[in-house]
Amino acid sequence: MTGTARRVWGLMYRHLALYRRSWPRLLELTYWPILGMCIWGFTATFLTNRLGSGAAAAASALLGGVLLWEVALRSQMGMAISFLEEVWSRNLGHIMISPLRPWELVTALIAMSIIRMAVGLAPAIVLAWFLYAFNLFAMGPVLILFFLNLMVMGWWVALGVVSLILRHGAGAEGLAWSVLFGIAPFSAVFYPVSVLPEAMQAVARGLPSAHVFEGMRGVLLDGVIPWHHLIWASWLNVFWLGAASVLFARQFHQARVRGALLSIGE
Amino acid sequence: MDAIRVHGLTKRYGDVLAVDDIGFAAPPGATIGLLGGNGAGKTTTIAMLLGMLLPTSGTIHVLGHDMARDRFGALARMNFSSPYVSLPHRLTVAENLRAYGHLYNVPHVNRRIAELARELDLEPLLKRPCGDLSAGQKTRVALAKSLINRPDVLLLDEPTASLDPDTGDWVRSWLERYRAESGCTILLASHNMAEVERMCTDVLMLKQGQIVDRGSPRELLARYGRDDLEEVFLDIARDRRQPVPV
Repeated sequence: MTGTARRVWGLMYRHLALYRRSWPRLLELTYWPILGMCIWGFTATFLTNRLGSGAAAAASALLGGVLLWEVALRSQMGMAISFLEEVWSRNLGHIMISPLRPWELVTALIAMSIIRMAVGLAPAIVLAWFLYAFNLFAMGPVLILFFLNLMVMGWWVALGVVSLILRHGAGAEGLAWSVLFGIAPFSAVFYPVSVLPEAMQAVARGLPSAHVFEGMRGVLLDGVIPWHHLIWASWLNVFWLGAASVLFARQFHQARVRGALLSIGE
Repeated sequence: MDAIRVHGLTKRYGDVLAVDDIGFAAPPGATIGLLGGNGAGKTTTIAMLLGMLLPTSGTIHVLGHDMARDRFGALARMNFSSPYVSLPHRLTVAENLRAYGHLYNVPHVNRRIAELARELDLEPLLKRPCGDLSAGQKTRVALAKSLINRPDVLLLDEPTASLDPDTGDWVRSWLERYRAESGCTILLASHNMAEVERMCTDVLMLKQGQIVDRGSPRELLARYGRDDLEEVFLDIARDRRQPVPV
């Protein structure tokens, strides 16, 4: 392993060891996606039963939305909470005086977010298949692009949250759980962007998630892949990831100026 | 080449001058003591040496690396221990040491952990979570973490605070032996004057962010006409006696 890979693995190992030792943490990873899938799955079943086969396609779009939204949510929370674990255990100081570069820290957090997202989402995907006969993978290879775009969106949102924690300390940690819920209404997870008021539509067009969910509905409801939405989602992710990286670099530098890395957990 | 070279180091937080234009050099193998009351600037100085805190002005070179431009080159060969910075409590001692072994790119990390466990009497503790350990055991684990990469420069912030005299003496003896065997340079911030007198080749007396005096423990005792460093410390802290002219 190269020096960089070894250091990234070192931080990942620390988190994986923590999960191995803490079943409540593992349970928490799967609990919310399963709960969400149960609630929305039975709601979709009810609607299909009441409204007939015409509602079946809408129900599958609903379930697809639930599962794909969890990709963004778990990626964001996975990264932000892994960072917070360092703050809570007052370990950030030790890490920051090791040869681990800030971008290696971010890489390790991203790797942990992928693992957390996969572990959290897998049971919900299986549950959707067993309980509601909804196969997420029926969307085909384009699902990979949906996943990638939503994961990247989760990462840049998390990078923004980490930057705010570096700036405002533990007072900003609530954002790790709540920030993406604030974005959800604009993301058009369960409805098309066109139903939003004009001003909200403008905000939605600036979010990769809105384009991904428009794309998902195109695949599930119309059987076509709206490539222009995927291209928009990708470009927006590049833009926002760049902006979040600049913010992180700036706040990390400022944290070193203010001495916040010493006292962030206090 | 000096292991540590600090020049014109200043740290200002708004109107507060935490460290005020200090400079010193530590040759390889030296143990330099940082002495001063609370708020004298010891922790701030150590944080700047570790690259965690950016100086307002001044330069720091560690092992030839300019900490402003190339801190990672130095950090790989440095380490730090303090009873006030904890290791993750839920991880076992072995897991913590392994994680840091990877972070410091230590070759044959399991062998190194076994070595440290043997030397620091940690073998019975390796599988226990750090949070379950006593203060003395935690100190030994923190010491093992700080030695995982066989550092050439070791920064210690009150390494024997909260230890009983027996364990404190054991840690001091162990550090002296390590320094003698490895040629490591140690920077020691402590409130334990006997510890500083025993371990340090040179002492920097800090007050209100400035180095107000410096020298070997013997030189300082002679300069202030005192029998122990605690009296010298009080002379400086309370402005009650000036150095005796030589």
